[in-house]
Amino acid sequence: MHHASTYKPQTGIERWLDKRLPIVRFADDFMNFPTPKNLNYWWTFGAILVVCLVIQIITGVVLAMHYTPHKDLAFNSVEHIMRDVNYGWLMRYVHANGASMFFLAVYIHMFRGLYYGSYKEPREMNWILGVVIFLLMMATAFMGYVLPWGQMSFWGATVITNFFTAFPIIGEPIKTLLLGGPAVDNATLNRFFSLHYLLPFAIFGVVLLHIWAFHTSGNNNPTGVDVKDVKKDTLPFHPYYTVKDGFAIAVFLLLFAAFVFFNPNGLGHPDNYTPANPLVTPPHIVPEWYFLPFYAILRAITFDIGPISSKLGGVLAMFGSILVLFILPWLDTSKVRSMRYRPVAQLWFVLFVFACLALGYFGGKPAEGWYVLGSQIATAYYFAFFLVILPLLGLFEKAKPAPKSIADSVLKKAAAPTGAIAQPAE
Amino acid sequence: MRRSILVKSAAAALLALAPLAALAAGGKTLEYKHNHWHFSGPFGTYDKEAMQRGFQVYKQVCAGCHAVEQLAFRNLGDKGGPFYLERCPAGVPETTNCKNPAENPVVKAIAAEYTVQDGPDDLGEMFDRPALPSDKFPKPFANEQQARAANGGAYPPNLALIMKARHHGPDYVYSLLTGYEDPPDTVTLGPGQNYNPYFAGDMSQLLKPEYRDAEGHPLPDVKIPPGGVLAMAPPLSDGVIDYADPAIPETVDQYAKDVVEFLTWASEPKMEERKSLGVITIGYLLILTIVLFLSYRAIWSNTDH
Repeated sequence: MHHASTYKPQTGIERWLDKRLPIVRFADDFMNFPTPKNLNYWWTFGAILVVCLVIQIITGVVLAMHYTPHKDLAFNSVEHIMRDVNYGWLMRYVHANGASMFFLAVYIHMFRGLYYGSYKEPREMNWILGVVIFLLMMATAFMGYVLPWGQMSFWGATVITNFFTAFPIIGEPIKTLLLGGPAVDNATLNRFFSLHYLLPFAIFGVVLLHIWAFHTSGNNNPTGVDVKDVKKDTLPFHPYYTVKDGFAIAVFLLLFAAFVFFNPNGLGHPDNYTPANPLVTPPHIVPEWYFLPFYAILRAITFDIGPISSKLGGVLAMFGSILVLFILPWLDTSKVRSMRYRPVAQLWFVLFVFACLALGYFGGKPAEGWYVLGSQIATAYYFAFFLVILPLLGLFEKAKPAPKSIADSVLKKAAAPTGAIAQPAE
Repeated sequence: MRRSILVKSAAAALLALAPLAALAAGGKTLEYKHNHWHFSGPFGTYDKEAMQRGFQVYKQVCAGCHAVEQLAFRNLGDKGGPFYLERCPAGVPETTNCKNPAENPVVKAIAAEYTVQDGPDDLGEMFDRPALPSDKFPKPFANEQQARAANGGAYPPNLALIMKARHHGPDYVYSLLTGYEDPPDTVTLGPGQNYNPYFAGDMSQLLKPEYRDAEGHPLPDVKIPPGGVLAMAPPLSDGVIDYADPAIPETVDQYAKDVVEFLTWASEPKMEERKSLGVITIGYLLILTIVLFLSYRAIWSNTDH
């Protein structure tokens, strides 16, 4: 929702600047952006994610000053950072754990969008840009994990780039292009470093588009009801949401700091403290935790489907699990945005979250016994949720009535019977 | 071309399956002995005397085969290191700054016991000289091949990162060092193999023929011993190292605890700095969180929400 600019240049310099480059007006409009007054804490993850991206870029730039992208030197240059660079250990632990925190926040952000229907008209572009960011994040994180050139770096890169060979004809050339040769080697490390430095700035650019998009459509909100009256339904972003987001960011940083300072290797893998060795395969190659659900989907396809081998099937399923998000806005047929008023959809959503967590669990287990069956069931549900359940639910379910307006929902809550716990969140 | 794609995708598929095969073949180890370490917990620090004794154990026993690749002599005198000096001992000239590892007399003396190669000199010749604090610890072997040749084909791992390169590193190394046992009667060890119930391996491969069926699989009622075999013979035995302090027992258990303390520091030398900065950071964030929460309540107090 475009809102009329309320900026009035006060000083001569501002008036001069406003005619030539209205950057102060832009910032003022940005801070005054009318924001639904009922956003809950799930909405703070957008700001948290911006903080994550900035932390990653700053620590990453500093790390790059001391890191050497060469297969014989990379491992020890990281140890040099850990031991000899002033606060190098801090930079590296923040950067490594920062990736995990980034993914934790982005998964919560995505589940929030899913639950409250933030992908629906008129926010389709916003959602699609978000999926693009997610894809870029995955590529960046994967390549970043290769840079320390430990055992898991090397073998993770080997396994993941081998996925591409599942595609007929184009697969092998794609893999060669990714690796810069027939196998993971120095050329791979060099291009991964180059791209790992580049992609975060691409992410930054798409994040700006992502923010621009919802500054055009307006924020969604927990009721999913459109803003009817800007005066009654919204509050200016600043100070109301700067302070609320600020509080949430501080809580998030507490969790972040707990990992960085007291369990910095808890989310990593010990094998990555052994230098890469092409001749020794680690007993158990596992990706980082945030890739485990997709790894589980990849390994769930253990059977051939007609001409499609199980390997190609697994790769297609893995890519498909992300690509399906692009068409989600057109798969969900429900006219009601927020699942708050879709009790049946809520149940399926809870099951969906559970399936994603289960996939994460199975991804970290060896593909044997009932783990395989479990990941197959969870994979089937993952796709069924998008391709069957959401399209059909919209046609058959009976939604509860949504409030007439945001202000209405807020007043109703304020007038709720005593004994209800105060919820400053909403 | 087509054939090569097939072969390569088969190889890739095998590669994806390799971890499973390895895992299926691997037996279980005993659960590691859990020791309460001085460095455990959010406020844990290194026990300096234990580190010093641990360095003695490393130097007299482990260093024969194991390198500490990332460690320099100067690290011993870094703040938090085993030989860091807050002030100079008596007899050291007043101009010496003993906080500086390069001037630390203990570190200089330790380094001087080692010989390193330097050069080329003005005539283009390499030459040997006593080590300086700035030098890295010399490796026991010139290269991996030499190390393997001297150790029955096994490569003694670098110990400067060992605690972070193994799951539950300190408990694992302590259990391994103190856990050597005579092999169970059901297995036969090859030459140069040593049984340890804490070492990851597969003892089913070593079962005697009478405990296997015709195809070589273990008989159903045979218990497969935990752990595996390794090339390293039990490195420690009671009394093998003389400690300067008569109050400290000269036992395998004590040696193992001390060397774990030293090697944990070697793996994570900035741990004390990290934890103390962590306490300050968490404290700061807690205050910030409270202030922001109160600001939030104050700012939102006049709205319906």
